[in-house]
Amino acid sequence: MTDAKLEFDAAVGAKQEGWNRPPVMEPSGEGGVLELAMGPHHPSTHGVFRMDVALDGERVIRLKPVFGYLHRNHEKLAEGMSYLGSMPFTDRLDYICSLTNNWAYALAVEKLTGQEVPERAEYLRVILGELTRVVNHASSIGFLIQEMGASGTPLMYAFREREKILDLFEALTGARMMCNYMRFGGCRVDASAAWLEATRKVVAGLPGFVDEFEQLLRSNEILMARCQGVGILRPDLAVNAGVTGPLLRASGVNYDIRKVDGYGIYNRFKFRVPLGDHGDVYDRFMIRMLELRESIKILEQALKEIPVGPVMDAKAKIRGFRPKAGEAYGRIEAPKGELGFYLISDGGPNPYRYRVRPPSLINLTILEDMCLGQNVADVVLIFGSVDIVLGEVDR
Amino acid sequence: MAVEEGLKIELGKQGVLVTTIEELYNWGRRSSIWPMQFGLACCAIEMIATTMARYDLARFGAEVFRPSPRQADLMIISGTVTKKMAPQVVRLYNQMAEPKYVIAMGACAISGGPFKQGYNVLKGIDRYIPVDVHIPGCPPRPEALLQAFMTLQKKIDAQPLTGEGRPRHLDAEAQGEFPVPVQGEHDLEPTSNPGVWTVPVVIR
Amino acid sequence: MKTVEEIKAAIEAAVPDARVEIVANPSVSGQHSLRLTPSRAIEVATFLRDGLKFDYLSNVTGVDWPDKEIAEKVKVTREVTKVEDGVEQTAQETVEETRKRVEPGCLEAVYHLYSMSLKQGPLVLRMRTLNRTDQAELPSLTPVWRSAEFQEREIWDLYGIVFSGHPDLRRLLMWDGFKDHPMRRDYVEPDDFEYEPTAHDDVLKRAEAHRAAHATAGAAGHEATGGEQ
Repeated sequence: MTDAKLEFDAAVGAKQEGWNRPPVMEPSGEGGVLELAMGPHHPSTHGVFRMDVALDGERVIRLKPVFGYLHRNHEKLAEGMSYLGSMPFTDRLDYICSLTNNWAYALAVEKLTGQEVPERAEYLRVILGELTRVVNHASSIGFLIQEMGASGTPLMYAFREREKILDLFEALTGARMMCNYMRFGGCRVDASAAWLEATRKVVAGLPGFVDEFEQLLRSNEILMARCQGVGILRPDLAVNAGVTGPLLRASGVNYDIRKVDGYGIYNRFKFRVPLGDHGDVYDRFMIRMLELRESIKILEQALKEIPVGPVMDAKAKIRGFRPKAGEAYGRIEAPKGELGFYLISDGGPNPYRYRVRPPSLINLTILEDMCLGQNVADVVLIFGSVDIVLGEVDR
Repeated sequence: MAVEEGLKIELGKQGVLVTTIEELYNWGRRSSIWPMQFGLACCAIEMIATTMARYDLARFGAEVFRPSPRQADLMIISGTVTKKMAPQVVRLYNQMAEPKYVIAMGACAISGGPFKQGYNVLKGIDRYIPVDVHIPGCPPRPEALLQAFMTLQKKIDAQPLTGEGRPRHLDAEAQGEFPVPVQGEHDLEPTSNPGVWTVPVVIR
Repeated sequence: MKTVEEIKAAIEAAVPDARVEIVANPSVSGQHSLRLTPSRAIEVATFLRDGLKFDYLSNVTGVDWPDKEIAEKVKVTREVTKVEDGVEQTAQETVEETRKRVEPGCLEAVYHLYSMSLKQGPLVLRMRTLNRTDQAELPSLTPVWRSAEFQEREIWDLYGIVFSGHPDLRRLLMWDGFKDHPMRRDYVEPDDFEYEPTAHDDVLKRAEAHRAAHATAGAAGHEATGGEQ
């Protein structure tokens, strides 16, 4: 750690409080410093978020994010209702990926109570989780390009595919976005053979979509010029700042909770973890593109191997669900990073403490470090490459 | 003065277009409602989905999302309005030029929805600004948003330009600017705008 | 991975005057935690990061433990004066009494650590403040792990724990002029109640209280606010 500190101090001057603090930048002195509040209503597609930026000409010399414009008191409300009552609320955390939120919460409660999940339910969870990852990564690439000024077109490709997958979600769970599908010890309803067949068809079409999407974007000259070398994040700082998900792997740190924890049945599938080596916006874009392909691989394997059987633990209790006193922290690799739930039970029907570890919020810790010294036009681009959803940032 | 419907059709067959100023004016207004590019929460994703290929909001002349409130005719409150965000929403509404309309999209914008009991959640945006169309749902499907657009178009079509029920921008006495609430030590002050909203009377 | 006992021993060997207490977790998750003394927390955290390679701080949480009133039955022996046959006599008598004592509450910060390089975890650390009012202070671990920065700000905002040594301790989620700490269990929301179509008892109770308050204050209160505009 000390080596990194010395190296970093030398690179930015001795104005550091600690090696893990953003450097303090001085204005060049020509012209004044412009203080700009970007947001909470701003023309990018990530909802209500404010950045207080200080500009020296075009250059960003300070950036302070301001949160809370979508603080919906999820944790306080969850402490006042039953364990199952919070399940529909988890849908609304990261509202693009409701099924992975369900999964993380169900996993944390299962850790608390020690419930078993039947085989078929595990497979269904993997299939739905990976479909969610496809939806999220495709839309997040679309939003990123949108923020570069390519209004509409790439996002249209992403949303065309999203609609197909959302039709599957709707057929299985009854809702397009807010699925509320997983339960403690399994899943709510079983998937029919017809549904699995329809899913196979959609998954068979996905590689063609990714090829098309990648061909459209990967070697686009404007995209390369805007993204390469912009918003670089060093791996040691990324680890120290708790960054997870594609953002961390784009910086070259091999940490995928699907591999590390092997939660559910992930250790049965063959897939690779793509890693970047520059840690810039372009790497993040490419990592998401490659992860799309890995997700398709997992989907193909899971759809081939899914067994028949029950989808709910027979011993699972729905009414009068009271876990023994204690606490548990459960986490999964959500599309945006490590999504964790921390629960303290006092033996009652409601959780005593219910905490969401939001990947979106913690990934924003290093937003200032990535934006300092960059042009103001790139701030929105760097912000978009972090891939956040405000429902999860503010909860 | 309205033209008789049968005569209008007959003249139309001969290539003569007969209309009234009111009809023409409202037709122009309703066919190009430009919404503000303004997403608050979950519903915003469904709002984006509505503009995309499958649902194609462009059919209603409303695909042009304007990032600036000065150029927008319609504000879609797409999601939960928190107490921290409410002053900004009201300020943005004040900055929009007349004629302007509001769609409250989803349960949260209508009443706070599932988050109603939260300490930072506003129990409905209609406490501060007038709402033209409410769409229930959590989130409403894109079809519901299209339905809201059609409802709004019908509402605009039916507005007379003079007399009772005329749009606000043709009424010199109508309230144009709405007071922006202040964030106090415990809550927003005032908690509602009495000119817009009154406490509902419960009939037991 | 090392057990919590081994980690406790390693910490005590490396930081001599650090007192570490193991808090057992009775649930099946088996995630036992270590309670640190706040005064030596920075040294312990640095040792965990550099010595034991817990380089990744995942989650920081606040927990509120309000003052608890505990009713206990205590046997008390006391002298009783009785009049027997016209003569006063003192005798010993044992009576069971219910005594109430208040167990002081505290605020707690919980840290979940993982090791990215060794792929281990979680290790749970806890720290407690002395009370919930004027001595709600803990050392900030942001200088050790940057990921605590926003999460500690959130805990200050919602629970009111003051993290000394935090580089930028401002409210995170609520607005700056806000005075309360809403995640505390004794927080009372502002009464902007109107009508709740609900079957929940606590909501109905609040509705009754609201109506009672407005009945005594009279409809005058409503009119007054209406008249101001």
